[in-house]
Amino acid sequence: MQHLDGNALAGALAEFFSFDVTTAIARCNGCGAVDEFARAIVFTSPAGTVVRCNSCDHVLATLVESGDRAWLGFSGVSAIEVRRG
Amino acid sequence: MSFITRGFGGRSRERDDRLPPGQTLVHDFPVLSAGPTPEVDTAEWELRIVTEGATHRWNWDEFNALPHEDVNTDIHCVTHWSKLGTSWRGVSLDTLFENVESQFDFVMAHSYGGYTTNVPLDELLDGQAWVVTEFDGEPLDPEHGGPARLIVPHLYFWKSAKWVRSLVMMPRDDPGFWEQNGYHIHGDPWQEERYW
Repeated sequence: MQHLDGNALAGALAEFFSFDVTTAIARCNGCGAVDEFARAIVFTSPAGTVVRCNSCDHVLATLVESGDRAWLGFSGVSAIEVRRG
Repeated sequence: MSFITRGFGGRSRERDDRLPPGQTLVHDFPVLSAGPTPEVDTAEWELRIVTEGATHRWNWDEFNALPHEDVNTDIHCVTHWSKLGTSWRGVSLDTLFENVESQFDFVMAHSYGGYTTNVPLDELLDGQAWVVTEFDGEPLDPEHGGPARLIVPHLYFWKSAKWVRSLVMMPRDDPGFWEQNGYHIHGDPWQEERYW
């Protein structure tokens, strides 16, 4: 299964956040690594997008889309750091 | 309903009645995955059923010594494709659960690689589910869940966990991976139970 890097999230998540999520930083609940979403590993399929930690493969976030409904999950991170300015 | 033309009515009558609502027939076998394909060596492979009191285990040789069945069935993916008359070979969950005792009514399937999905026990028994190791007469390809995957053909195919490793009994119908993240807790294609 081929994967992409976290920059692939920029377009998909732009409608949900007023900042660029790829530059946001989070700590992986699996291994504790702190990194930008841009450096995450992204698996896309028609079922949904799965964002995984590039250190331990733990699932950080998910995006499921169906027409006018979308489900955004951050099951693998507790907080997101957003750099201001 | 005179505004409906003969053309529309004709098309709907030609629709294959084996296709649930909202599904389209495919002849290839699309690969959907939530992560990397785990490399599972059959020398290390183990299938477990875990209850509140015991763990039942089969290694690869023990699993292959169990009675096997050929399964010919239609499969339906929540992403709107269906594949009719697919051929699998594996062990019925009726066989695997023959000596399993539990007070719990629900099962969480866990996969190598970390995937999970929940299914009520009564939808895994009575000839409704199998752990399969062959597709179309060949060993199951890793990208399709080999060496062994669960198939529960009467539910959307995300319930048919690839790379199945353990079936853990649980007292409540806790949601698995996709069920936590937007998909339906049950997943009946004939009821279009796609999302929560």
